[in-house]
Amino acid sequence: MKEYNIYEYGRGSIMQDEINSKPMSTYAVEVSHINKSFDKRQILFDISLKIPHAQILGLLGPSGSGKTTLVKQMAGIDTPDSGEVFLLGEKMPKLSLLNKIGYMAQADALYTELTAEENLNFFASMYKMSKGKQTERINEVMRIVNLKNFLKVQVKKYSGGMKRRLSLAIALLHEPPILILDEPTVGIDPVLRVAIWEELYTLCRNGTTIILTTHVMDEADKCHKLGMIREGRLIATGTPEELLSASSTSTLEEAFLFYGGDVK
Amino acid sequence: MRVKAVMIRILLNFKHDKRTVGLMILAPIFVLTLMSLVFSGAPYYPKIGVVNAPLQFVNSLERENAEVTRYSEYGAIEALSNKDIDAFINFENGKPKIKLEGSDPMKNNTVISDVRSAMMAYSSSIDLDITYLYGYKEMSSFDNFGPILIGFFVFFFVFLISGLAFLGERNSGTLDRLMATPVKRWEIVIGYMLGFGVITVIQSALIAWFSINILGIMMMGSFALVLLVTVLTAMTALSIGIFISAFANNEFQMIQFIPVVIVPQIFFSGLFDLSTMTPWLRGIGKVTPLWYVAEALRNVMIRGKGLGDIAYDILILSAICIFFIIANILALKKYRKI
Repeated sequence: MKEYNIYEYGRGSIMQDEINSKPMSTYAVEVSHINKSFDKRQILFDISLKIPHAQILGLLGPSGSGKTTLVKQMAGIDTPDSGEVFLLGEKMPKLSLLNKIGYMAQADALYTELTAEENLNFFASMYKMSKGKQTERINEVMRIVNLKNFLKVQVKKYSGGMKRRLSLAIALLHEPPILILDEPTVGIDPVLRVAIWEELYTLCRNGTTIILTTHVMDEADKCHKLGMIREGRLIATGTPEELLSASSTSTLEEAFLFYGGDVK
Repeated sequence: MRVKAVMIRILLNFKHDKRTVGLMILAPIFVLTLMSLVFSGAPYYPKIGVVNAPLQFVNSLERENAEVTRYSEYGAIEALSNKDIDAFINFENGKPKIKLEGSDPMKNNTVISDVRSAMMAYSSSIDLDITYLYGYKEMSSFDNFGPILIGFFVFFFVFLISGLAFLGERNSGTLDRLMATPVKRWEIVIGYMLGFGVITVIQSALIAWFSINILGIMMMGSFALVLLVTVLTAMTALSIGIFISAFANNEFQMIQFIPVVIVPQIFFSGLFDLSTMTPWLRGIGKVTPLWYVAEALRNVMIRGKGLGDIAYDILILSAICIFFIIANILALKKYRKI
């Protein structure tokens, strides 16, 4: 079995932060009645969500349903037209809160001319981290995504799946208490996908709140809770089991159609 | 700390992309070399001042299509250093003495040949006493527009490459990704300025050194001042390049800005003689950064002037640069409100 002592070490400081931050929040992330439009086209309609600490929330929906826009509001990259987002009890957007978020974008936002190590060093420098800690974290995250042997390789020589994994590694670098992952496992082979999920569970057990988007139904049931999104509206929330039983369906796909109003 | 990281990131990018560094340095050197080999002049009607000149001489000078103005001796010197006239002729004891402004060899030659023709009609003796305010007799046309070209190439390549680099940052999603970190907007812009700054100091120094020492372009002033102006040129081009990249959706659209942003600047920089242009139209030059670059570089390299004489140009360039830096920091609000 693998050891995850580094994470436990990391958690300690985060717990401290949470104790210090007042008022103590019940939810890691709270989204309240947000609306968002681009060029007069409304993308998100009155979305409200409450995500407790140390939980994996999956946002499930077809492409173009507004998942990415929703997680961008949570990550503070974008601000909603109306409504509010609270992270660890504080209102977004706030610069200091960005320290607590690990964000993995849908597009692999990497400097392809640079090597993986140079990319990691660059992003690590954006967070206050000592040189020794930086090296230690880089080794650790590259071990998690199984890219340790490719540290010195230019990212442009990476395959699609490898780039995805490197993006994930960068999101994990600063041990954020909140992870926001936009389609994290696209293009990653099944064996590694299982390993990454194991890692997500471990992080979660240690207190990390994870929000991820997916359009793959069989991946959705791995999440603790699901939010189904269709055409910018949150059509259902609950554990996978709850969603199945309430809709009396046997697969999430059928449940999705049920909540979408396509099945009577 | 983060500024340094952004700066190092840019330098590493250059380290992995040596071709672009090569382009920034070798392409200007290549074109400057070609220009120094092939340049030839164009017709021009000189503006000549006369002091104590006989009417007959003035008339025959005017027949040569020269624009002749009478001055007192003091007024003529003043007009010459203000570049209101290209030369003045002083008839001391009936013997003509020509004093040329001297920084443009093409104009020098025109004045000399016009005066020579006028003298032939006026008297049998065509013995001319010629002195120069700036420049010298053997000065080539390349000496005259070389300083402008140095400024232009630094501007052009830095504009293009920084614009494309920042466009890449926008399009690859790395800018979005960067905005999800606690980096401040100004840290990105200043980091960019410093990262490119290192490269452009090297680029400017090499181009200036090559032009002066290998191509033998005229150099009367201090090398440090030339470097100061070229680095400032690069910084201005950098901040404008980053700004303009916001209006381009892809590399091809960035290239489309060259005829809009770069080419008009060449016309008004002084590379082409605008003496015959309507004055209000000539004034357009004064809103383009390259005009100040050209002015400063010519003053240092041809006229050997010091920091005090180019302080105004330096000030204007710095102001343009700072304006666009602030504009860039504000423009990043599009990516993140805070």
